[in-house]
Amino acid sequence: MDGREKSLLRFVTTGSVDDGKSTLIGRLLYETKSIFEDQFAAVETTSKKRGQQDVDLSLLLDGLSAEREQGITIDVAYRYFESPYRKFIIADTPGHEQYTRNTVTGASTAELAIILIDARKGVLTQSRRHGILLSLLQIPHLVVAVNKMDLVEYDEHVFRDIVEVYQEFSGKLDIHDISFIPVSALKGDNVTTKSEAMPWYEGSTLLHALETVHVAADRNLLDFRFPVQHVIRPHLDFRGYAGRIASGTIREREEIVVLPSGKTSKIFSIETYDGSLDEAFAPQSVVLTLDDELDISRGDMIVRKHNLPQVGNELEAILCWMDEGAMRADGQYLLKHTTQTVKAFVRNVSYRIDVNTLHREAVETLRLNDIARVEIHTASPLFFDSYRNNHSTGSFILIDPHTSNTVAGGMIRGAVRTVADLIVSSEGGTSALRKTSSNVVWSGWNIPRQQREKKNGHRAAVLWLTGLSGSGKSTLAQAVEMRLFEQGCQTMLLDGDTIRHGLCGDLGFSERDRSENIRRVGETAKLFFEAGHIVLCAFISPFAEDRSFVRSLIPADQFFEIYTKCRLEVCKQRDPKGLYKKAEAGEIENFTGISSPYEVPQHPEITAATDEQPPERLVERILGALREGRIFS
Amino acid sequence: MSSYNLPYLRQLESESIHILREVVAECENPVMLYSVGKDSSVMVRLAQKAFHPGPLPFPLLHIDTGYKFPEMIAFRDRFCDEIGARLIVERNEEWIEKGAHPIALGTEKCCSYLKTQALLTALRKHDYDAAFGGARREEEKSRAKERVFSIRDEYGQWDPKNQRPELWDLYNARLNEGQSIRVFPLSNWTEVDVWNYIRLENIPVVPLYFAQERDVIIRNGMMIPLSSVSMVEDGKSSRAADEEVRRVSCRFRSLGCIPCTGAVPSEARTLEELIVEVVNTRKSERENRVIDLSSESAMEEKKKEGYF
Repeated sequence: MDGREKSLLRFVTTGSVDDGKSTLIGRLLYETKSIFEDQFAAVETTSKKRGQQDVDLSLLLDGLSAEREQGITIDVAYRYFESPYRKFIIADTPGHEQYTRNTVTGASTAELAIILIDARKGVLTQSRRHGILLSLLQIPHLVVAVNKMDLVEYDEHVFRDIVEVYQEFSGKLDIHDISFIPVSALKGDNVTTKSEAMPWYEGSTLLHALETVHVAADRNLLDFRFPVQHVIRPHLDFRGYAGRIASGTIREREEIVVLPSGKTSKIFSIETYDGSLDEAFAPQSVVLTLDDELDISRGDMIVRKHNLPQVGNELEAILCWMDEGAMRADGQYLLKHTTQTVKAFVRNVSYRIDVNTLHREAVETLRLNDIARVEIHTASPLFFDSYRNNHSTGSFILIDPHTSNTVAGGMIRGAVRTVADLIVSSEGGTSALRKTSSNVVWSGWNIPRQQREKKNGHRAAVLWLTGLSGSGKSTLAQAVEMRLFEQGCQTMLLDGDTIRHGLCGDLGFSERDRSENIRRVGETAKLFFEAGHIVLCAFISPFAEDRSFVRSLIPADQFFEIYTKCRLEVCKQRDPKGLYKKAEAGEIENFTGISSPYEVPQHPEITAATDEQPPERLVERILGALREGRIFS
Repeated sequence: MSSYNLPYLRQLESESIHILREVVAECENPVMLYSVGKDSSVMVRLAQKAFHPGPLPFPLLHIDTGYKFPEMIAFRDRFCDEIGARLIVERNEEWIEKGAHPIALGTEKCCSYLKTQALLTALRKHDYDAAFGGARREEEKSRAKERVFSIRDEYGQWDPKNQRPELWDLYNARLNEGQSIRVFPLSNWTEVDVWNYIRLENIPVVPLYFAQERDVIIRNGMMIPLSSVSMVEDGKSSRAADEEVRRVSCRFRSLGCIPCTGAVPSEARTLEELIVEVVNTRKSERENRVIDLSSESAMEEKKKEGYF
């Protein structure tokens, strides 16, 4: 066919030194006839000149003279090939030097990643590191190619062992589609044709996996986001807003809101060189015209009236530092997000992530290849979504205003503090923002938390204890609070009894009421938090979504989710208030653990197994974690 | 539209349009390098699309070495006229007058004077801070490492070891004093993509790309059209007595300067035939470009010097 029907897949390849990545890519290109005879001949000549027996396909890939001289790959390279069904763009990232910077760069545009593992060496630190980086970049599909199977006699057990080890590790990652393929890039087994040497493997070949992976569903087609790139105004009768649809779809006549002005209008037309469209979708580049003449310029964002992004100038983000120079002490940079460039400063480095182990480390500054969780403040508000929901509106780069270099790439996790809801006005009004929307440019608290913390001699924190009824939340919270109080800390304890008798007295135990209960508790905890307190909250809080809401209110390094883990039988035995008995007798509806589910926390900061360890030990562990997190000393 | 899947050529198109608009929005005085070839033709169409219904917001710049095929010049003038583009032609007159020639000077020096220097002088003269080029990463191995936004120093030089990281579609167009940017909107396109797009969009290209019976002589392993022989030989206007003229059905796969661009045997007279040929060829696009063959790093060296 002529290629018009083909789809496009962008993927990234990562591997360690000598695991045969270049050979694998060379094989893919060669078998899909993407390497030309004259290129092949040139490589053949060079290989001979160097006295190599086989044609070194990696020579084809090393594009720079310095790379060929040193026999290493310096930089990300992009390669192209196609099969009858798809066109592929490979971001080929080197496995050693600058791995973080290069892997992050290559992965930023990828929809799938291939990790190579040498069958002889098994799962190495690097294999884990690549998985962690790809998970941070939210690559939805991961293919682990276990290479050099020819050198382990195509042994199924070798393959199975590697799969098992990697699966155990990858369970901790945020990647949900992982497949494993045993290959020999050198001999061509399972690369484009099925291996006869491995009849025990019933899965697809690498090329087949690449051709059939379903990526369309990964795109965000729900949230219409249109960052205005350029205003096109050829004559007085035409004013159009050019841009690429970052996500979502839009139709003629739909109601829209322009950020930051909050002005509303309707889509008058969707223009292209090839005529106007009824509907357009991501990632099309189009020109929008509106019913009303509004003042819109580059950097503004057009969105649908009932689907707004977050608006704010304080963000939590994962930052990957890519510059030779460390982050400057003043932390002042330019931040480019969609089509906006604004002044920004990195105010707080919460922790650095060790990309080999996922451990968190306290650091003063950021250096080349560091990945860290940070708080960033911008001089004017951004219109963003979390990177998880929307790569286009959740990503940014930092530019050094002095050198003009790109020094970091960032992925937004959310707002530092939730900006109060943007209220969509009812008919008649032209502003989508609440009239008194000091929330968008919220001036903050009268006395900043940091000053209160300084006065208190410790930092504020929220300790969120979650677990079944009878798992020991309140007991543990009370003991910890007592110890903190004795040390002179400002503390507050919130639990079901204190809250449900007052603030939440109007709520029952339906799923909805429970969510509202937790939302109110979260907001209350935040107020105490902003007052500089160490707030202990002991709530069953069975739903992960509610807990993650609370988490989103508090800076990452000052929030501790503590899962009081305890077997249901033990809880029932303890039954301090006789509730389990009542629930089992059917006297209480929606009782967690009996007639209502408990969603176990996936990544709590601390797991306190109250049926295995004595309370004193658990108290010490929690206090230790607070010290380690520099909450108090 | 019932399904929200964009065919891959339309995805590439949208990405290129995004790049073109970013430059126009962020740079003060951009220009588009127009070499009259197929890639330039595609790039111009993408620019028309990016700024429609407005006009092209930048001029086209052609660096004329004096060795371009007459068919190219005729096509250039007609094409620019038809689409209403502002065309600027710059030549290194000093060296053209001195008779710079690849055989006398060597291809490296000749390219350096007639192309690279002419280009750098032109960029300086008009004070352009950004220049679009039609280069593709697939074309040549050093280009596989090139950024979409490629920063050049005040001498137009490329430093492959010191490139800015380029993430997502967030391009950094910020420049320091003296720096300029070369921007490659077709970075992710292949030769086959370019031809498929030319067919899809019905884009006019120079007829030299299509096969026809041409009188050629073979020199240094290259097929050179008889009509151009006078421009090929340094100072000697006629062919040597022992050189035989052959009539061959051939076409040009890429277009450069006459002395350094050979024809390839081909029967591809229509776009359909041409695409079949390009898809099935086992030879790379630049096989007939002498300048790339002088050494393993020929292109990289030229790029470091300021070439595209």
